[in-house]
Amino acid sequence: MPRAFTPKVITANALIAGDAVWFTADNRWSPSISEAEFITDEAHADLRLLEAQARQDEIAGAYLADAKDGPNGPEATHFREEFRTRGPSNYAHGKQVEL
Amino acid sequence: MYAYNDFDEAFVRERVAQFRGQVERRIDGSLTEDEFKPLRLMNGLYLQLHAYMLRVAVPYGTLNPTQMRQLAYIADRWDKGYGHFTTRQNIQYNWPKLDDVPDMLEALADVEMHALQTSGNTIRNVTADHFAGAAADEIEDPRPVAELLRQWSTDHPEFQFLPRKFKIAVSGAKHDRAVTRAHDIGVRMVHNEAGEAGYEIIVGGGLGRTPMVGKVLRAFLPREDLLAYCEAVVSVYNLLGRRDNKYKARIKITVHENGLEKMQELVEARFEDIRKGFSGFDQELLKQIETAFAPPAYVSKSSANYEAARLANPAFRSWSDTNIAAHKAPGYAIVSISIKKHGQTPGDATSHQMRVMADLAEKYGHNELRVSHEQNVILPHVHQADLPAVYAALREADLATANIGLVSDIIACPGMDYCALATARSIPIAQDIATRFDELKIEHEIGELKIKISGCINACGHHHVGHIGILGLDRAGVENYQITLGGDGTETTTIGTRAGPGFSADDIVPAIERLVTGYLDLRENADETFLQAYRRLGMEPFKAILYPAEDKANAA
Ligand code: SF4
Repeated sequence: MPRAFTPKVITANALIAGDAVWFTADNRWSPSISEAEFITDEAHADLRLLEAQARQDEIAGAYLADAKDGPNGPEATHFREEFRTRGPSNYAHGKQVEL
Repeated sequence: MYAYNDFDEAFVRERVAQFRGQVERRIDGSLTEDEFKPLRLMNGLYLQLHAYMLRVAVPYGTLNPTQMRQLAYIADRWDKGYGHFTTRQNIQYNWPKLDDVPDMLEALADVEMHALQTSGNTIRNVTADHFAGAAADEIEDPRPVAELLRQWSTDHPEFQFLPRKFKIAVSGAKHDRAVTRAHDIGVRMVHNEAGEAGYEIIVGGGLGRTPMVGKVLRAFLPREDLLAYCEAVVSVYNLLGRRDNKYKARIKITVHENGLEKMQELVEARFEDIRKGFSGFDQELLKQIETAFAPPAYVSKSSANYEAARLANPAFRSWSDTNIAAHKAPGYAIVSISIKKHGQTPGDATSHQMRVMADLAEKYGHNELRVSHEQNVILPHVHQADLPAVYAALREADLATANIGLVSDIIACPGMDYCALATARSIPIAQDIATRFDELKIEHEIGELKIKISGCINACGHHHVGHIGILGLDRAGVENYQITLGGDGTETTTIGTRAGPGFSADDIVPAIERLVTGYLDLRENADETFLQAYRRLGMEPFKAILYPAEDKANAA
């Protein structure tokens, strides 16, 4: 049996600043995962990833990341993706202080 | 130290100009990321978890004060005011913006530095003993040879697309401080029976996924044959190395699969061919390079105040006990500046600290600085009489931690706080271990102990050769830390052995504490180091400490 599709968000690094960004339903790149489009359908995910990857002059390296639905919008499920929403743990740098 | 000639200068400037154009074309959309990626990697620019990362080459770890100050300037102007010294003797900036990178490279070129070949499947920055030119046990300064290798390997047309990256380390001393046996090629200066100086050539060492201790390919190579021989090794590897599988592409696998004998045959045959093309020009070049590494003009003066300061100031005595190494010149000392203050990120120095170190090198250190693969900074030539002043200045800048070679002098790679390849974090583990042992106030009692932490199997944190190695993994979506014991990165290189199941992020620091305090009970006397005790006793007693019986009962 094929594995059940788990919900996803599309994420990448912004082209100039290199920070983590998420693809929104209205085709923007947001620095906050909570604004990401929450994708629950596999075919739609594939299509949206193609659209995201086409935006080469805005981002680098778009991919699908597992997510879950939270009270304020999508949330990361894996610790790596969670770190990307915050920044490093050794300094108050990155999103944890910039957002 | 070596100064760029017109060729070096023009070459580096041209590459900066090329990269500037490439960045412009990436930003205006004419290059896709797939097209741009190999170009940026050729210039040391990575894309990490939170930002780009620029890896700057510090050839064989040698810097002058002007360069160190420029690194500080770059940190302030284009980054977040600090830099990260790595186990490859390089420095990394964690927060550059893509459109600033050409300016950063230009600023590096202004002080004869660059980021070339710090990435990609090329011959990487040549590393060397960080005590080069200063160590009491040195046969010869390895840096002229390292510089010769750097010039030969930079932009070498045959070696820009090797099966995989290729790392060369050079040591000129009896004690191996350059981990030569864990490199693709290790060059060790030796004497043959006739007393002539030459090199022992080691190949196929490496850490990472399949750790291997390098093997001696040639026990004695005459000095003048070095370049031709290295070219033969790399050229044999270039043809023979596997390009079908990234994990089998390093020369360590080539040597393993083909056998040392076959490698020897092929290399010797190729060498016979290649050496004809080396008409002695390289030796003339080496002579010129050697003059650039002439020893400093040592002074002789009384060290009485050093002895007096040791008697008067226990903190200074403790620092000079741990952070000073024996120098070849009378009255001189090698100072290791710890970039490992308890609780801080191993290898991170602020721009202010970089400037302080530059000033000290200028004032007391014959204008020399070194970056060690253990992520510390070295002042290789300081007169003992100046040590109290150096210590006082370091203290002011929070750089006087007396812990070189001790449990808190931890190597840690950036791990999942920065690195896109990581499977777990390594920095917070290093911070917590150092903080904990500082609280316990037993690190001087413990004595020499090397803990090395990597955030993934790539082993940039050298965990395989740590007396205690820690490898961070992702186990079913949770950070998990595996311990290896008995590793050693010196002339008696040994790959550590896995102790058993891994520990959670919460349990790893208590496990290390148990292990180290347990060793204190196991050792024969205060002189027996952790590694010696492990070698005498084997894994079992340490395993029993790490995995006490009641835990096993609970887990069952
Ligand atoms: S060991 Fe892994 S996590 Fe650490 S720096 Fe190397 S690639 Fe990154």
